[in-house]
Amino acid sequence: MSASPATRTTARPAAAVRTGEPTGTDAAYAVQFSGLGRTFAPSPGSRRRTRAATTTSVEVARPVLRDVSISVQPGEVLAILGTSGCGKSTLLRIAGGLDSPSAGSVRIDGSPVTDFDTRCAVGFQEPRLLPWRTVADNVALGLPRGTAREAGRARVAELLELVGLSAFADHRPASISGGMAQRASLARALARNPGVLLLDEPFGALDALTRLKMQDLLLDVHAAAPTTVLLVTHDVDEALQLADRIILLGQEAAPSGGSRPPGATIVQEITVPGTRPRDRGSAELAELRGRLLAGLGIDRHGDPRGVATGTSIPHFPY
Amino acid sequence: MTETLVPSTAPAARRPLTSRRSVRIVGGLLLPLLILLVWQLSSTLGLVTASQLPPPASVWVAAVDLFERGQLTLYVAISTQRVLIGFAIGAALGLAAGALVGLSRAADIFFAPTLGAIRAVPSLAWVPLLIIWLKIGEESKITLIAIGAFFPVYTTVAQALRHVDRQLVEAGRAFGLRGVRLFGAVQLPAVIPSVISGLRLALAQAWLFLVAAELIAASMGLGFLLSDSGNNGRVDRILLAIILLALLGKLTDAILGVFEKWAIKKWA
Repeated sequence: MSASPATRTTARPAAAVRTGEPTGTDAAYAVQFSGLGRTFAPSPGSRRRTRAATTTSVEVARPVLRDVSISVQPGEVLAILGTSGCGKSTLLRIAGGLDSPSAGSVRIDGSPVTDFDTRCAVGFQEPRLLPWRTVADNVALGLPRGTAREAGRARVAELLELVGLSAFADHRPASISGGMAQRASLARALARNPGVLLLDEPFGALDALTRLKMQDLLLDVHAAAPTTVLLVTHDVDEALQLADRIILLGQEAAPSGGSRPPGATIVQEITVPGTRPRDRGSAELAELRGRLLAGLGIDRHGDPRGVATGTSIPHFPY
Repeated sequence: MTETLVPSTAPAARRPLTSRRSVRIVGGLLLPLLILLVWQLSSTLGLVTASQLPPPASVWVAAVDLFERGQLTLYVAISTQRVLIGFAIGAALGLAAGALVGLSRAADIFFAPTLGAIRAVPSLAWVPLLIIWLKIGEESKITLIAIGAFFPVYTTVAQALRHVDRQLVEAGRAFGLRGVRLFGAVQLPAVIPSVISGLRLALAQAWLFLVAAELIAASMGLGFLLSDSGNNGRVDRILLAIILLALLGKLTDAILGVFEKWAIKKWA
């Protein structure tokens, strides 16, 4: 895929243009989580369908995240790993203004996140394409408000080319495959020219080979327009392949004699060595993989090797 | 059944006989023809007296007679006009109220119980009030029909809007849509199939309320033909009015059905 930075011609939404910052067309914003916590209220009216679970656990408020503090550099790719239900999607939703924190704050480019923040674009776990619109019209939905018609059309065509869907521009979502729909969804998110790209297990529902291709596609896109990316995933290999840094969300071990505080927080932070695209067969990455899997509660069936002490790999704590 | 046997002997590539349009039309006409036959037979065999059930031919004669007097066309035209105007007003108001109640929780809490109670009022209960308020003119009848058409649209639209896929709405919001734009881009297209089935229900209801209005206070129209013939003991005209109502209701519903097919193809 050959997309040059010069192709990102579309104007940013006015709200996103901050004074002094950013310079150039490919602004990427820093994201700063400080002391973030999120507790789900016990109300049965929450949007999750918990009707089956109304027997016991609904009475109590459920802490999901606590004390999450991390700062993400502009243009960095941060992978958020964690077991299912640990709150990684919640963290992402809070970053995009789709949910609000119970404690702490998130700042993008120094200013607090607003509801459905226009500086972010979200790639959801499901494609979430409008079934009555063509693929091209769905991608156009992502264009910043006020984009001129002609410029918008050109941008959509360019994005469809980038994700390899030009031939399917006039198809309805129902008549393309899941992988294509997910690519269209990615193109829609990219159409915003986001300062922060939030991806919530974007390739989770894809078959293994398509997933690898999509990862390479994402790397191409990022190389062409290095925006800040927060990537939620449960796939350790994917995180190692794509991210500059990986945080592992989970329950902290209980201090001796005490009970552990409820809610997930950052239990590991790993800077992935090497530049992208990385060798999928790298032994160094394999060692990191084993360590991350152990952090996720998976028995690696082996012993840590010497790589952890090697000079080429910085590891936590640095 | 010969219809079911034929496709098995036909080449595999051919469409089954039951999905062909001509078969559907002919098959749908079978039962009415059968009813007509039984009707005719029971008259000719003298199973019922002609004063209770006149033969089909005398209904036809009554139709021709009324047509020659110019009344038949007038009655059909005025009844259809009342239904269409009342339906248009009621459906438009129902769409607006349904959108309001379906989208806003506050409006839901405020309006829904009252509207639900008004909906429970039987159509005939409105008639005396409407006649006193609006006199025996077109307004009172059209108002009654509009009331009848309002509720099916209101109910289906409000229900459908409440069940629009939350994920799609959230995606719309995440891409900067809100308010009217969100409604136009996500919520309205998502409920269009339900809106149209609500419209079909409303149209059927409009014909029901038409007869209620015309039975009691009218000097022309199919409902008037019914009540007038009932007073005169003209069973042939009563049957004629019933058949005409059935045909007109079916016809208008079929027109909406075509529209529904097109819309579902476009939006779903």
